[in-house]
Amino acid sequence: MSNLAMVEAVNAAFAHEMNADDSVVLLGEDIGVNGGVFRATVDLQERFGEDRVIDTPLAETMIAGLSVGMAAQGLKPVAEIQFMGFIYPAVDQIVSHASRMRNRTCGRLTCPMVLRAPFGGGIRAPEHHSESTEALFAHMPGVRVVIPSSPARAYGLLLAAIRDPDPVIFLEPKRIYRLHKQQIEDNGEALPLDVCFTLRDGTDITLVSWGASIHETLQAADKLKEESEISCEVIDVATIKPLDMDTILKSVERTGRCVIVHEAARTGGVGADIAAQLAEKGLLSLFAPVKRVTGYDTVMPLLKLENHYLPDVDRIRRAVKETMEFA
Amino acid sequence: METVASFEIHYRQYLNAEGRAVDELPEFAKDADVLQRFYRDMVLTRTFDKRAIALQRTGRLGTYASSLGQEATYTGLGHAMQPRDVLAPSYREHGTCFVRGVPMSDILLYWGGDERGMAFEKAKDDFPVSVPIATHVLHAAGAAYAFKYRKEPRVAVAVCGDGGTSKGDFYESINVAGVWVLPCVFMVVNNQWAISVPRAKQSRSETLAQKAVAAGIPGEQVDGNDVIVVKDRVEVALTKARQGGGPTLIEALTYRRHDHTTADDASRYRSRQELESEKKKDPIERLKHYLIAEGAWGEDQDRQLSRECEGEVDAAVDQYLNTEPRAPETMFDNLYESLPTLYQNQREELQAKWKRHE
Repeated sequence: MSNLAMVEAVNAAFAHEMNADDSVVLLGEDIGVNGGVFRATVDLQERFGEDRVIDTPLAETMIAGLSVGMAAQGLKPVAEIQFMGFIYPAVDQIVSHASRMRNRTCGRLTCPMVLRAPFGGGIRAPEHHSESTEALFAHMPGVRVVIPSSPARAYGLLLAAIRDPDPVIFLEPKRIYRLHKQQIEDNGEALPLDVCFTLRDGTDITLVSWGASIHETLQAADKLKEESEISCEVIDVATIKPLDMDTILKSVERTGRCVIVHEAARTGGVGADIAAQLAEKGLLSLFAPVKRVTGYDTVMPLLKLENHYLPDVDRIRRAVKETMEFA
Repeated sequence: METVASFEIHYRQYLNAEGRAVDELPEFAKDADVLQRFYRDMVLTRTFDKRAIALQRTGRLGTYASSLGQEATYTGLGHAMQPRDVLAPSYREHGTCFVRGVPMSDILLYWGGDERGMAFEKAKDDFPVSVPIATHVLHAAGAAYAFKYRKEPRVAVAVCGDGGTSKGDFYESINVAGVWVLPCVFMVVNNQWAISVPRAKQSRSETLAQKAVAAGIPGEQVDGNDVIVVKDRVEVALTKARQGGGPTLIEALTYRRHDHTTADDASRYRSRQELESEKKKDPIERLKHYLIAEGAWGEDQDRQLSRECEGEVDAAVDQYLNTEPRAPETMFDNLYESLPTLYQNQREELQAKWKRHE
């Protein structure tokens, strides 16, 4: 057992899988000697060699395109995009190729690659370093989009992502990279993809979130319990594509209320899809409209205002109270 | 002032437009059987091409990209490659695919709108047709990395057009292949037109081959209508790459004589005269003239070959037209290795709708 922060858990998962499987290679900008700008790949080049932890030329389309080629020819590349704000040149490769290589060839070629990127706000970073655009990828058929919210889930979900036979976009909420540590046994056990994790059982309302926002959501749940005796069920979606609606629906069937929390802008966010599916499949269980607490539909502000953009404990609390008071 | 870098770009040709040898031919080209095989493959490609266009015009094929006039480039490339090498094509390289064993019926199936056309069993590691320009050139670099990593004596070949060299993807590919000394060959098929935009409007670069210079890799030009020089120079580049010598960029100069695709009308943007003068450089005619002059071919054989090629294409078309259609819900079957529950429901929804209408 080791006490690991999320970014250290990412590193531990890499080390484990690279020991176990020669076909796993890492590529990206500054991931080798420097160990990544967040140190997610620290020491790995020294341990596994330059041909497995590869510092690439500075070109994001290339990083993704090389990964597609490697993955189609038997490697399991894990590519790092330094910040999600630089991922857009790579989107072409994901939507045009990675997501459809299996389909286009009827399974003759596949694309078992992982594209990782730190994402989200709250670390006082420069422009383009703080957005949450996971919904872009969630809209693409043929990929998985996975977002851990704790060191243990980062370890287990990253292992699962690397072993998955299809492309996975693995987004790491950098605000919580070093927020807290967890005891993790480095036993190579993956967590399941495509399922939500219920972090807290509750009876009055279901709070659905993912990534860094899970932490404000849990804090809000604690406060609501303490100040108003409101019992919140908290669900970490974890795999936002494909969505595990069964877990969310079952919870809402019991609680009759739902608030969705995410950092990303509201319009077209993954919360919209969850709300739509609740309306389609769970309407008769609902006592109140589904509410969303999200980033606003504006450009992510620079660091002076970013905390006003991000969903905070107070906004979540207020949304829960309004939902409880509706009926 | 001192010169810190300089470069030269070489152009090579063995057979000129009249079919006369302008240089001593490489060893393989002294074997009439070999040249007859190349000739046959080019004629077959052209026969296929004509039929594919006819099928499209009669509503039995989707949009199709003709390779009329470019047969030497594609046939030469196919013959230079070894079976275990990997091709990353764009969308016009049918001729290369045929040499590599891909059935004509599969190419028809794909352009007829059926993904199963890219599921071929021969050349099974080759990348599928790639429509977005130059995006697949990176795949060849990635594949080459995999070969190098596993120490396999294989080379990845990417093919793109003159327009493709304007894309960042192209430069990013040759650049990384240079830095990492990858076993890769980049084949630029300069057919002078990117839909309606002529070569002169793509780049002020005198040659596209010299784009290699910026990536620190060798670049050269060949006459893309001379199958002998294409086969020869690509083979030299492949051998070098296979032996650890790194990548090469080869610009094949040819001409797209048909519209960009069957959905295009080239008469809107290029002159009849230009087309007529390009016809005089025909790759098939020039090899035929050479073979006849050498006493290795005759008009009777030529008519016989035409009949054989027509027959092969007839059989491929029959097979294509008689392929059992896919059940609609199979559109989900190669989305993931196993279909997530959420989409299982959509698959069943589609299946139920289709069954109701049967």
